[in-house]
Amino acid sequence: MSARAGTLAGLAAVAAFGLAFLLLAPHWVELDTLLDLTVYMIMSILALSLGLVWGYGGILCFGQAAFFGLGAYTYAVAMVNIGESTLPFLLAIALPAGFAALLGYFMFYGRISDVYLGVITLTVTLILFNTVNSTAGPEYHIGSARLGGFNGIPSIPPLNIPGRPEAALDLEGMFYLSTALLLATYFGLRALLASRFGRVVVGVRENERRAELLGYDPRLYKLATFAIGGAIAGLAGCLFANWGAFVSPTIFGLAQSAQIIIWVIVGGRGTLIGPILGSIAMEWLTTTLGANQTTGTGGLADLWSNAPLVLGAILIGFVLLVPRGLVPTLADGAGRLLRRRLPAPAAAPAPEVAE
Amino acid sequence: MAAPLLETRSLGIRFGGVQAVRDVNFSLAEGELRCLIGPNGAGKSTFFKLITGQLQPSQGQVLFRGRDVSAAAAHEIARLGIGIKTQVPSVFDGLSVRENIWLAAIRLHRRRRAAAAAVDEMLARVGLAALADRPVGQLAHGQRQWVELGIVLSTDPQLILLDEPAAGMTHEEVLRTAELVREINRDKALIVVEHDMQFIRMIASRVTVFNQGAVLVEDTIANILRNPVVRDIYLGKQAAA
Repeated sequence: MSARAGTLAGLAAVAAFGLAFLLLAPHWVELDTLLDLTVYMIMSILALSLGLVWGYGGILCFGQAAFFGLGAYTYAVAMVNIGESTLPFLLAIALPAGFAALLGYFMFYGRISDVYLGVITLTVTLILFNTVNSTAGPEYHIGSARLGGFNGIPSIPPLNIPGRPEAALDLEGMFYLSTALLLATYFGLRALLASRFGRVVVGVRENERRAELLGYDPRLYKLATFAIGGAIAGLAGCLFANWGAFVSPTIFGLAQSAQIIIWVIVGGRGTLIGPILGSIAMEWLTTTLGANQTTGTGGLADLWSNAPLVLGAILIGFVLLVPRGLVPTLADGAGRLLRRRLPAPAAAPAPEVAE
Repeated sequence: MAAPLLETRSLGIRFGGVQAVRDVNFSLAEGELRCLIGPNGAGKSTFFKLITGQLQPSQGQVLFRGRDVSAAAAHEIARLGIGIKTQVPSVFDGLSVRENIWLAAIRLHRRRRAAAAAVDEMLARVGLAALADRPVGQLAHGQRQWVELGIVLSTDPQLILLDEPAAGMTHEEVLRTAELVREINRDKALIVVEHDMQFIRMIASRVTVFNQGAVLVEDTIANILRNPVVRDIYLGKQAAA
Protein backbone atom coordinates (compact mmCIF):
# COMPACT_ATOMS: atom_id res chain seq x y z
CA MET A 1 0.00 0.00 0.00
CA SER A 2 1.54 3.31 -1.01
CA ALA A 3 1.81 6.18 1.43
CA ARG A 4 -0.88 8.07 -0.46
CA ALA A 5 -3.34 5.16 -0.34
CA GLY A 6 -2.56 4.76 3.37
CA THR A 7 -3.29 8.42 4.01
CA LEU A 8 -6.60 8.20 2.15
CA ALA A 9 -7.58 5.04 4.02
CA GLY A 10 -6.79 6.78 7.32
CA LEU A 11 -8.88 9.79 6.35
CA ALA A 12 -11.79 7.57 5.32
CA ALA A 13 -11.60 5.66 8.61
CA VAL A 14 -11.66 8.86 10.68
CA ALA A 15 -14.54 10.23 8.59
CA ALA A 16 -16.59 7.04 8.92
CA PHE A 17 -15.98 6.75 12.66
CA GLY A 18 -16.62 10.45 13.22
CA LEU A 19 -19.90 10.44 11.30
CA ALA A 20 -21.12 7.26 12.99
CA PHE A 21 -20.28 8.77 16.38
CA LEU A 22 -21.99 12.03 15.47
CA LEU A 23 -25.19 10.34 14.37
CA LEU A 24 -25.45 7.41 16.77
CA ALA A 25 -24.12 8.62 20.13
CA PRO A 26 -27.23 10.65 21.07
CA HIS A 27 -29.40 7.56 20.57
CA TRP A 28 -27.26 5.27 22.66
CA VAL A 29 -26.29 7.24 25.72
CA GLU A 30 -28.07 9.09 28.52
CA LEU A 31 -28.23 12.86 28.48
CA ASP A 32 -25.63 13.32 31.24
CA THR A 33 -23.16 11.15 29.32
CA LEU A 34 -23.90 13.18 26.22
CA LEU A 35 -23.04 16.29 28.18
CA ASP A 36 -19.66 14.74 29.09
CA LEU A 37 -19.07 13.70 25.48
CA THR A 38 -19.82 17.25 24.33
CA VAL A 39 -17.12 18.73 26.53
CA TYR A 40 -14.67 16.09 25.27
CA MET A 41 -15.39 17.26 21.73
CA ILE A 42 -14.86 20.90 22.71
CA MET A 43 -11.59 20.14 24.48
CA SER A 44 -10.50 18.12 21.46
CA ILE A 45 -10.90 21.21 19.29
CA LEU A 46 -8.77 23.10 21.80
CA ALA A 47 -6.20 20.29 21.71
CA LEU A 48 -6.11 20.48 17.92
CA SER A 49 -5.25 24.17 18.09
CA LEU A 50 -2.07 23.44 20.05
CA GLY A 51 -1.50 20.31 17.97
CA LEU A 52 -1.19 22.62 14.97
CA VAL A 53 0.81 25.39 16.63
CA TRP A 54 3.24 23.17 18.53
CA GLY A 55 3.13 19.84 16.70
CA TYR A 56 3.42 21.24 13.18
CA GLY A 57 4.48 24.84 13.66
CA GLY A 58 7.11 24.00 16.27
CA ILE A 59 5.91 26.92 18.41
CA LEU A 60 5.65 25.88 22.06
CA CYS A 61 2.83 28.11 23.21
CA PHE A 62 2.22 27.95 26.96
CA GLY A 63 -0.71 30.29 26.60
CA GLN A 64 -3.18 28.53 24.34
CA ALA A 65 -5.65 29.00 27.21
CA ALA A 66 -5.48 32.76 26.59
CA PHE A 67 -7.14 32.38 23.20
CA PHE A 68 -9.57 29.79 24.56
CA GLY A 69 -10.60 32.14 27.36
CA LEU A 70 -10.79 35.14 25.04
CA GLY A 71 -13.12 33.18 22.78
CA ALA A 72 -15.34 32.26 25.71
CA TYR A 73 -15.46 35.79 27.13
CA THR A 74 -15.94 37.36 23.71
CA TYR A 75 -18.93 35.13 23.04
CA ALA A 76 -20.38 35.77 26.51
CA VAL A 77 -20.03 39.56 26.35
CA ALA A 78 -21.21 39.87 22.75
CA MET A 79 -24.13 37.49 23.30
CA VAL A 80 -25.39 39.30 26.40
CA ASN A 81 -25.28 42.54 24.41
CA ILE A 82 -26.60 41.36 21.07
CA GLY A 83 -28.94 38.48 21.90
CA GLU A 84 -28.51 36.79 18.52
CA SER A 85 -25.59 34.41 18.23
CA THR A 86 -24.31 34.76 14.65
CA LEU A 87 -22.09 37.77 15.25
CA PRO A 88 -20.94 36.68 18.75
CA PHE A 89 -19.94 33.29 17.30
CA LEU A 90 -17.86 34.92 14.57
CA LEU A 91 -16.36 37.45 16.98
CA ALA A 92 -15.35 34.65 19.33
CA ILE A 93 -13.18 33.27 16.51
CA ALA A 94 -11.98 36.55 15.00
CA LEU A 95 -10.96 38.34 18.20
CA PRO A 96 -8.63 35.61 19.55
CA ALA A 97 -7.20 35.20 16.03
CA GLY A 98 -6.52 38.93 15.86
CA PHE A 99 -5.01 38.93 19.34
CA ALA A 100 -2.80 35.96 18.41
CA ALA A 101 -1.71 37.77 15.26
CA LEU A 102 -0.78 40.87 17.23
CA LEU A 103 1.09 38.93 19.89
CA GLY A 104 2.70 36.75 17.23
CA TYR A 105 3.81 39.80 15.28
CA PHE A 106 5.85 41.10 18.20
CA MET A 107 7.23 37.66 19.09
CA PHE A 108 8.16 36.40 15.63
CA TYR A 109 9.19 39.67 14.01
CA GLY A 110 11.08 40.54 17.18
CA ARG A 111 12.96 37.24 16.70
CA ILE A 112 12.26 36.13 20.26
CA SER A 113 13.87 32.78 21.04
CA ASP A 114 11.77 29.70 21.81
CA VAL A 115 12.27 29.81 25.57
CA TYR A 116 11.14 33.42 25.85
CA LEU A 117 8.22 32.65 23.57
CA GLY A 118 7.01 30.14 26.13
CA VAL A 119 7.51 32.62 28.95
CA ILE A 120 5.73 35.44 27.13
CA THR A 121 2.70 33.36 26.15
CA LEU A 122 2.37 32.06 29.70
CA THR A 123 2.71 35.57 31.12
CA VAL A 124 0.05 36.94 28.78
CA THR A 125 -2.34 34.24 29.97
CA LEU A 126 -1.70 35.08 33.61
CA ILE A 127 -2.10 38.80 32.94
CA LEU A 128 -5.49 38.07 31.40
CA PHE A 129 -6.36 35.91 34.40
CA ASN A 130 -5.48 38.62 36.89
CA THR A 131 -7.13 41.35 34.87
CA VAL A 132 -10.43 39.58 34.42
CA ASN A 133 -10.28 38.24 37.97
CA SER A 134 -10.24 41.76 39.39
CA THR A 135 -13.28 43.08 37.54
CA ALA A 136 -15.88 42.00 40.10
CA GLY A 137 -17.42 45.39 40.71
CA PRO A 138 -20.50 46.63 38.83
CA GLU A 139 -18.38 49.40 37.30
CA TYR A 140 -16.66 46.80 35.09
CA HIS A 141 -18.98 46.13 32.20
CA ILE A 142 -18.90 46.06 28.43
CA GLY A 143 -22.22 47.32 27.19
CA SER A 144 -24.84 45.56 29.26
CA ALA A 145 -22.53 42.61 30.08
CA ARG A 146 -20.99 42.74 33.55
CA LEU A 147 -17.59 41.02 33.59
CA GLY A 148 -18.19 39.72 37.11
CA GLY A 149 -14.53 39.32 38.08
CA PHE A 150 -13.82 36.08 39.94
CA ASN A 151 -17.55 35.30 39.92
CA GLY A 152 -17.52 34.95 36.16
CA ILE A 153 -20.40 35.53 33.79
CA PRO A 154 -23.41 33.27 34.49
CA SER A 155 -26.43 32.38 32.34
CA ILE A 156 -24.83 33.01 28.97
CA PRO A 157 -27.55 32.63 26.33
CA PRO A 158 -26.95 29.62 24.07
CA LEU A 159 -26.20 29.63 20.35
CA ASN A 160 -29.18 29.83 18.04
CA ILE A 161 -29.83 28.97 14.43
CA PRO A 162 -28.43 31.96 12.47
CA GLY A 163 -31.04 34.69 12.15
CA ARG A 164 -33.54 33.03 14.47
CA PRO A 165 -32.83 34.09 18.09
CA GLU A 166 -35.80 32.05 19.34
CA ALA A 167 -34.40 28.78 17.92
CA ALA A 168 -31.75 28.14 20.58
CA LEU A 169 -29.69 24.97 20.65
CA ASP A 170 -30.55 22.40 23.32
CA LEU A 171 -28.06 19.99 24.89
CA GLU A 172 -28.40 17.49 22.07
CA GLY A 173 -27.97 20.26 19.54
CA MET A 174 -24.77 21.33 21.29
CA PHE A 175 -23.45 17.78 20.97
CA TYR A 176 -24.16 17.70 17.25
CA LEU A 177 -22.64 21.12 16.71
CA SER A 178 -19.48 20.44 18.77
CA THR A 179 -18.88 17.07 17.14
CA ALA A 180 -19.48 18.45 13.65
CA LEU A 181 -17.13 21.36 14.32
CA LEU A 182 -14.47 18.99 15.67
CA LEU A 183 -14.69 16.94 12.47
CA ALA A 184 -14.64 20.10 10.36
CA THR A 185 -11.58 21.39 12.25
CA TYR A 186 -9.79 18.05 11.89
CA PHE A 187 -10.40 17.74 8.16
CA GLY A 188 -9.78 21.44 7.62
CA LEU A 189 -6.38 21.11 9.28
CA ARG A 190 -5.59 17.99 7.28
CA ALA A 191 -6.29 19.93 4.09
CA LEU A 192 -4.25 22.88 5.35
CA LEU A 193 -1.27 20.66 6.19
CA ALA A 194 -1.41 18.97 2.79
CA SER A 195 -1.37 22.35 1.06
CA ARG A 196 1.73 24.22 -0.04
CA PHE A 197 1.35 26.51 2.97
CA GLY A 198 1.14 23.60 5.42
CA ARG A 199 4.16 21.84 3.99
CA VAL A 200 6.24 24.99 4.19
CA VAL A 201 5.13 25.39 7.82
CA VAL A 202 6.52 21.93 8.55
CA GLY A 203 9.69 22.85 6.65
CA VAL A 204 10.10 25.92 8.86
CA ARG A 205 9.69 23.69 11.94
CA GLU A 206 12.34 21.30 10.64
CA ASN A 207 14.89 23.95 9.71
CA GLU A 208 14.01 27.60 9.91
CA ARG A 209 17.30 28.81 8.46
CA ARG A 210 17.05 26.52 5.45
CA ALA A 211 13.48 27.63 4.74
CA GLU A 212 14.72 31.21 4.86
CA LEU A 213 17.62 30.50 2.51
CA LEU A 214 15.14 29.00 0.04
CA GLY A 215 13.21 32.27 0.00
CA TYR A 216 10.44 31.70 2.54
CA ASP A 217 9.93 34.21 5.33
CA PRO A 218 9.68 32.00 8.45
CA ARG A 219 8.20 34.85 10.50
CA LEU A 220 5.21 35.11 8.21
CA TYR A 221 4.54 31.36 8.24
CA LYS A 222 4.82 31.17 12.02
CA LEU A 223 2.59 34.21 12.45
CA ALA A 224 -0.10 32.70 10.22
CA THR A 225 0.09 29.35 12.02
CA PHE A 226 -0.15 31.05 15.39
CA ALA A 227 -3.16 33.11 14.31
CA ILE A 228 -4.96 30.05 12.92
CA GLY A 229 -4.26 28.27 16.21
CA GLY A 230 -5.72 31.28 18.05
CA ALA A 231 -8.86 31.15 15.90
CA ILE A 232 -9.39 27.44 16.60
CA ALA A 233 -8.83 27.92 20.34
CA GLY A 234 -11.32 30.79 20.24
CA LEU A 235 -13.88 28.56 18.56
CA ALA A 236 -13.40 25.99 21.32
CA GLY A 237 -13.82 28.75 23.91
CA CYS A 238 -17.07 29.87 22.34
CA LEU A 239 -18.44 26.32 22.48
CA PHE A 240 -17.22 25.94 26.06
CA ALA A 241 -19.05 29.09 27.15
CA ASN A 242 -22.15 27.60 25.57
CA TRP A 243 -21.72 24.20 27.10
CA GLY A 244 -21.83 25.39 30.71
CA ALA A 245 -23.64 28.68 29.99
CA PHE A 246 -20.94 30.05 32.28
CA VAL A 247 -17.40 31.37 32.07
CA SER A 248 -15.01 32.40 34.84
CA PRO A 249 -11.38 33.57 34.95
CA THR A 250 -10.09 30.08 35.84
CA ILE A 251 -10.32 29.49 32.10
CA PHE A 252 -7.14 31.60 31.86
CA GLY A 253 -5.52 29.77 34.75
CA LEU A 254 -2.21 27.97 34.91
CA ALA A 255 -3.98 24.61 35.23
CA GLN A 256 -5.88 25.10 32.00
CA SER A 257 -2.73 26.10 30.08
CA ALA A 258 -0.77 23.15 31.41
CA GLN A 259 -3.58 20.74 30.63
CA ILE A 260 -3.58 21.57 26.92
CA ILE A 261 0.15 20.90 26.72
CA ILE A 262 -0.29 17.60 28.55
CA TRP A 263 -2.95 16.46 26.06
CA VAL A 264 -0.57 17.09 23.18
CA ILE A 265 2.37 15.43 24.94
CA VAL A 266 0.31 12.34 25.76
CA GLY A 267 -1.36 12.12 22.33
CA GLY A 268 1.73 12.93 20.33
CA ARG A 269 3.16 15.90 18.50
CA GLY A 270 3.18 15.97 14.73
CA THR A 271 -0.18 14.21 14.48
CA LEU A 272 -3.71 15.57 14.66
CA ILE A 273 -5.47 12.46 15.91
CA GLY A 274 -3.00 12.30 18.83
CA PRO A 275 -4.05 15.53 20.56
CA ILE A 276 -7.71 14.54 20.15
CA LEU A 277 -7.18 11.15 21.76
CA GLY A 278 -4.88 12.68 24.38
CA SER A 279 -7.47 15.24 25.42
CA ILE A 280 -10.30 12.69 25.56
CA ALA A 281 -8.22 10.22 27.57
CA MET A 282 -6.98 12.81 30.04
CA GLU A 283 -10.38 14.47 30.43
CA TRP A 284 -12.00 11.10 31.04
CA LEU A 285 -9.34 10.19 33.56
CA THR A 286 -9.68 13.52 35.36
CA THR A 287 -13.45 13.09 35.63
CA THR A 288 -13.13 9.49 36.79
CA LEU A 289 -10.46 10.25 39.38
CA GLY A 290 -12.39 13.28 40.54
CA ALA A 291 -15.39 11.05 41.22
CA ASN A 292 -13.38 8.84 43.57
CA GLN A 293 -13.97 9.69 47.22
CA THR A 294 -11.19 9.41 49.76
CA THR A 295 -11.92 6.67 52.26
CA GLY A 296 -9.98 8.49 54.92
CA THR A 297 -8.29 5.26 55.89
CA GLY A 298 -5.08 5.98 54.04
CA GLY A 299 -3.35 3.45 51.81
CA LEU A 300 -3.55 2.89 48.08
CA ALA A 301 -7.23 3.75 47.69
CA ASP A 302 -6.58 7.23 49.00
CA LEU A 303 -3.57 7.65 46.74
CA TRP A 304 -5.73 6.76 43.74
CA SER A 305 -8.29 9.36 44.65
CA ASN A 306 -5.65 12.09 44.63
CA ALA A 307 -6.29 13.18 41.04
CA PRO A 308 -3.44 15.70 40.63
CA LEU A 309 -0.96 13.16 41.94
CA VAL A 310 -2.10 10.43 39.55
CA LEU A 311 -2.20 12.82 36.59
CA GLY A 312 1.25 14.12 37.47
CA ALA A 313 2.62 10.58 37.62
CA ILE A 314 1.09 9.79 34.23
CA LEU A 315 2.65 12.91 32.72
CA ILE A 316 6.10 12.08 34.08
CA GLY A 317 5.69 8.51 32.86
CA PHE A 318 4.89 9.73 29.36
CA VAL A 319 7.72 12.24 29.19
CA LEU A 320 10.22 9.59 30.33
CA LEU A 321 8.91 6.45 28.61
CA VAL A 322 6.84 7.58 25.60
CA PRO A 323 8.36 10.98 24.83
CA ARG A 324 6.87 11.13 21.34
CA GLY A 325 3.36 10.46 22.61
CA LEU A 326 0.87 7.65 22.06
CA VAL A 327 -0.06 7.92 18.41
CA PRO A 328 3.43 8.23 16.83
CA THR A 329 4.75 5.43 19.05
CA LEU A 330 1.84 3.12 18.27
CA ALA A 331 2.01 3.94 14.55
CA ASP A 332 5.73 3.07 14.54
CA GLY A 333 5.10 -0.19 16.39
CA ALA A 334 2.31 -1.18 14.00
CA GLY A 335 4.46 -0.32 11.01
CA ARG A 336 7.32 -2.46 12.34
CA LEU A 337 4.97 -5.40 12.92
CA LEU A 338 3.56 -5.11 9.41
CA ARG A 339 6.99 -5.04 7.84
CA ARG A 340 8.07 -8.09 9.80
CA ARG A 341 5.06 -9.97 8.44
CA LEU A 342 5.57 -9.02 4.81
CA PRO A 343 9.21 -8.29 3.96
CA ALA A 344 8.65 -5.39 1.58
CA PRO A 345 11.26 -4.77 -1.13
CA ALA A 346 13.55 -2.43 0.81
CA ALA A 347 10.73 0.08 1.15
CA ALA A 348 11.59 2.48 3.92
CA PRO A 349 8.74 3.79 6.06
CA ALA A 350 6.99 6.84 4.74
CA PRO A 351 8.28 9.57 7.03
CA GLU A 352 5.81 11.24 9.34
CA VAL A 353 2.57 10.61 7.55
CA ALA A 354 0.33 13.10 9.24
CA GLU A 355 -2.61 11.47 10.91
CA MET B 1 33.47 45.50 -19.18
CA ALA B 2 30.07 44.15 -18.24
CA ALA B 3 28.67 44.97 -14.82
CA PRO B 4 29.60 42.31 -12.25
CA LEU B 5 27.01 39.82 -11.01
CA LEU B 6 28.13 40.24 -7.44
CA GLU B 7 30.20 43.01 -5.96
CA THR B 8 31.20 43.87 -2.42
CA ARG B 9 32.58 47.28 -1.50
CA SER B 10 34.71 47.63 1.64
CA LEU B 11 32.60 44.90 3.19
CA GLY B 12 33.26 44.24 6.85
CA ILE B 13 31.72 42.85 9.99
CA ARG B 14 32.81 43.11 13.57
CA PHE B 15 31.81 40.80 16.42
CA GLY B 16 32.65 42.62 19.61
CA GLY B 17 36.38 43.29 19.32
CA VAL B 18 36.95 40.86 16.47
CA GLN B 19 36.94 42.09 12.89
CA ALA B 20 35.84 38.83 11.23
CA VAL B 21 35.73 40.31 7.73
CA ARG B 22 37.52 43.53 6.86
CA ASP B 23 37.43 45.80 3.85
CA VAL B 24 36.67 43.14 1.26
CA ASN B 25 36.34 44.39 -2.31
CA PHE B 26 35.23 41.41 -4.30
CA SER B 27 33.80 41.13 -7.77
CA LEU B 28 32.35 38.20 -9.65
CA ALA B 29 31.39 38.27 -13.33
CA GLU B 30 28.24 36.68 -14.77
CA GLY B 31 28.79 32.96 -15.26
CA GLU B 32 32.12 32.93 -13.41
CA LEU B 33 33.33 30.12 -11.16
CA ARG B 34 35.53 31.33 -8.31
CA CYS B 35 37.14 29.41 -5.51
CA LEU B 36 37.79 30.88 -2.08
CA ILE B 37 40.54 29.40 0.00
CA GLY B 38 42.15 30.37 3.24
CA PRO B 39 42.96 28.94 6.64
CA ASN B 40 40.23 28.20 9.19
CA GLY B 41 38.88 31.40 10.68
CA ALA B 42 39.90 33.45 7.64
CA GLY B 43 36.31 34.69 7.30
CA LYS B 44 35.15 32.69 4.28
CA SER B 45 31.94 31.37 5.82
CA THR B 46 31.24 34.75 7.43
CA PHE B 47 31.69 36.33 4.01
CA PHE B 48 29.05 33.92 2.66
CA LYS B 49 26.71 34.83 5.50
CA LEU B 50 27.09 38.51 4.67
CA ILE B 51 26.27 37.91 1.02
CA THR B 52 23.18 35.83 1.82
CA GLY B 53 21.78 38.20 4.45
CA GLN B 54 22.27 35.84 7.38
CA LEU B 55 24.47 38.56 8.87
CA GLN B 56 24.20 42.30 8.38
CA PRO B 57 27.50 44.03 7.55
CA SER B 58 28.97 46.56 9.97
CA GLN B 59 30.68 48.34 7.10
CA GLY B 60 30.42 48.43 3.33
CA GLN B 61 27.94 47.06 0.86
CA VAL B 62 26.91 43.96 -1.05
CA LEU B 63 25.61 44.56 -4.56
CA PHE B 64 23.84 41.89 -6.60
CA ARG B 65 23.42 42.93 -10.23
CA GLY B 66 24.06 46.49 -9.17
CA ARG B 67 21.36 46.44 -6.51
CA ASP B 68 22.37 47.11 -2.91
CA VAL B 69 21.23 44.11 -0.85
CA SER B 70 23.27 44.88 2.30
CA ALA B 71 20.17 45.41 4.43
CA ALA B 72 17.88 42.85 2.76
CA ALA B 73 16.53 39.85 4.71
CA ALA B 74 17.86 36.39 3.92
CA HIS B 75 14.63 35.24 2.26
CA GLU B 76 14.54 38.33 0.05
CA ILE B 77 18.10 37.71 -1.15
CA ALA B 78 17.20 34.08 -1.85
CA ARG B 79 14.31 35.28 -4.00
CA LEU B 80 16.62 37.59 -5.94
CA GLY B 81 18.57 34.52 -7.04
CA ILE B 82 21.37 33.68 -4.61
CA GLY B 83 21.42 30.12 -3.30
CA ILE B 84 23.77 28.71 -0.68
CA LYS B 85 24.89 25.27 0.39
CA THR B 86 26.14 25.77 3.91
CA GLN B 87 29.17 24.21 5.53
CA VAL B 88 27.21 21.81 7.73
CA PRO B 89 24.44 20.50 5.44
CA SER B 90 21.34 22.52 6.22
CA VAL B 91 18.43 20.31 5.22
CA PHE B 92 15.02 19.31 6.55
CA ASP B 93 16.16 16.26 8.52
CA GLY B 94 12.75 14.91 9.52
CA LEU B 95 11.39 14.98 5.98
CA SER B 96 11.98 12.69 3.02
CA VAL B 97 14.46 13.51 0.27
CA ARG B 98 11.56 14.11 -2.09
CA GLU B 99 9.83 16.49 0.33
CA ASN B 100 13.10 18.40 0.80
CA ILE B 101 13.45 18.99 -2.92
CA TRP B 102 9.73 19.68 -3.29
CA LEU B 103 9.83 22.47 -0.70
CA ALA B 104 12.44 24.19 -2.84
CA ALA B 105 10.79 23.49 -6.19
CA ILE B 106 7.33 24.69 -5.15
CA ARG B 107 8.60 28.23 -4.65
CA LEU B 108 9.27 28.48 -8.38
CA HIS B 109 6.54 26.26 -9.76
CA ARG B 110 3.15 27.37 -8.60
CA ARG B 111 1.50 24.37 -10.24
CA ARG B 112 1.85 21.08 -8.41
CA ARG B 113 2.30 19.00 -11.54
CA ALA B 114 5.17 21.15 -12.75
CA ALA B 115 6.75 21.01 -9.29
CA ALA B 116 6.47 17.20 -9.15
CA ALA B 117 8.12 16.90 -12.55
CA ALA B 118 10.91 19.27 -11.49
CA VAL B 119 11.45 17.21 -8.32
CA ASP B 120 11.80 13.95 -10.29
CA GLU B 121 14.24 15.60 -12.66
CA MET B 122 16.34 16.97 -9.81
CA LEU B 123 16.36 13.64 -7.95
CA ALA B 124 17.82 12.02 -11.06
CA ARG B 125 20.31 14.84 -11.56
CA VAL B 126 21.82 14.57 -8.08
CA GLY B 127 21.56 10.77 -8.17
CA LEU B 128 19.11 10.38 -5.28
CA ALA B 129 16.09 8.87 -7.05
CA ALA B 130 16.55 5.54 -5.26
CA LEU B 131 16.58 7.25 -1.86
CA ALA B 132 13.67 9.62 -2.58
CA ASP B 133 11.40 8.35 0.20
CA ARG B 134 14.05 8.06 2.91
CA PRO B 135 14.17 10.65 5.69
CA VAL B 136 17.18 12.85 5.06
CA GLY B 137 18.28 12.49 8.67
CA GLN B 138 19.07 8.82 8.02
CA LEU B 139 21.41 9.45 5.10
CA ALA B 140 25.21 9.51 5.07
CA HIS B 141 27.00 12.85 5.14
CA GLY B 142 27.91 12.82 1.45
CA GLN B 143 24.34 12.02 0.45
CA ARG B 144 23.05 14.85 2.65
CA GLN B 145 25.43 17.17 0.82
CA TRP B 146 23.77 16.19 -2.44
CA VAL B 147 20.30 16.63 -0.99
CA GLU B 148 21.27 20.15 -0.09
CA LEU B 149 22.75 20.73 -3.52
CA GLY B 150 19.48 19.47 -5.04
CA ILE B 151 17.49 21.83 -2.82
CA VAL B 152 19.63 24.80 -3.80
CA LEU B 153 19.52 24.00 -7.52
CA SER B 154 15.73 23.57 -7.40
CA THR B 155 15.23 27.25 -6.61
CA ASP B 156 17.11 28.03 -9.85
CA PRO B 157 19.47 30.68 -8.45
CA GLN B 158 21.73 32.76 -10.69
CA LEU B 159 24.55 32.65 -8.17
CA ILE B 160 25.33 29.61 -6.07
CA LEU B 161 27.59 29.66 -3.03
CA LEU B 162 29.03 26.30 -2.04
CA ASP B 163 30.68 26.05 1.37
CA GLU B 164 32.95 22.98 1.37
CA PRO B 165 30.85 20.88 -1.02
CA ALA B 166 33.34 17.99 -1.04
CA ALA B 167 33.86 17.72 2.72
CA GLY B 168 33.32 14.24 4.12
CA MET B 169 33.03 12.64 0.69
CA THR B 170 34.79 9.59 -0.65
CA HIS B 171 37.12 10.00 -3.63
CA GLU B 172 34.42 8.77 -6.02
CA GLU B 173 31.93 11.20 -4.56
CA VAL B 174 34.42 14.07 -4.87
CA LEU B 175 34.88 13.29 -8.57
CA ARG B 176 31.13 13.28 -9.12
CA THR B 177 30.71 16.51 -7.20
CA ALA B 178 33.41 18.19 -9.30
CA GLU B 179 31.64 17.04 -12.42
CA LEU B 180 28.34 18.37 -11.10
CA VAL B 181 29.93 21.73 -10.27
CA ARG B 182 31.29 22.07 -13.78
CA GLU B 183 27.90 21.16 -15.18
CA ILE B 184 26.17 23.77 -12.98
CA ASN B 185 28.71 26.34 -14.11
CA ARG B 186 27.52 26.02 -17.70
CA ASP B 187 24.72 28.44 -16.99
CA LYS B 188 25.25 29.71 -13.44
CA ALA B 189 27.89 31.57 -11.50
CA LEU B 190 29.44 29.89 -8.47
CA ILE B 191 31.65 30.72 -5.53
CA VAL B 192 33.14 27.64 -3.91
CA VAL B 193 34.88 27.49 -0.56
CA GLU B 194 37.02 24.37 -0.34
CA HIS B 195 40.13 23.08 1.39
CA ASP B 196 40.71 20.16 -0.93
CA MET B 197 43.27 21.52 -3.43
CA GLN B 198 42.77 18.56 -5.76
CA PHE B 199 39.10 19.40 -5.96
CA ILE B 200 39.92 23.05 -6.66
CA ARG B 201 42.30 22.04 -9.45
CA MET B 202 39.45 20.04 -11.02
CA ILE B 203 37.03 22.97 -11.14
CA ALA B 204 38.65 26.38 -10.80
CA SER B 205 40.43 28.86 -12.93
CA ARG B 206 40.52 31.85 -10.58
CA VAL B 207 41.10 31.67 -6.86
CA THR B 208 40.69 34.28 -4.12
CA VAL B 209 42.71 33.76 -0.96
CA PHE B 210 41.33 34.99 2.35
CA ASN B 211 43.47 35.55 5.39
CA GLN B 212 42.48 37.10 8.71
CA GLY B 213 39.22 38.43 7.33
CA ALA B 214 40.73 40.18 4.32
CA VAL B 215 41.52 39.29 0.72
CA LEU B 216 45.19 38.37 0.56
CA VAL B 217 45.53 37.76 -3.16
CA GLU B 218 43.44 36.89 -6.19
CA ASP B 219 44.93 35.04 -9.15
CA THR B 220 44.80 31.96 -11.35
CA ILE B 221 45.08 28.62 -9.65
CA ALA B 222 48.53 28.02 -11.15
CA ASN B 223 49.91 31.30 -9.84
CA ILE B 224 48.28 30.82 -6.45
CA LEU B 225 49.97 27.47 -6.04
CA ARG B 226 53.33 29.11 -6.85
CA ASN B 227 52.75 32.11 -4.57
CA PRO B 228 55.21 31.82 -1.67
CA VAL B 229 53.07 33.87 0.73
CA VAL B 230 50.00 31.68 0.12
CA ARG B 231 52.14 28.56 0.58
CA ASP B 232 53.39 29.96 3.80
CA ILE B 233 50.10 30.88 5.44
CA TYR B 234 47.88 28.20 4.13
CA LEU B 235 49.07 25.46 1.86
CA GLY B 236 52.10 24.59 3.92
CA LYS B 237 52.77 20.90 4.02
CA GLN B 238 49.93 20.08 1.66
CA ALA B 239 51.48 21.90 -1.31
CA ALA B 240 54.98 20.82 -0.52
CA ALA B 241 53.93 17.17 -0.66
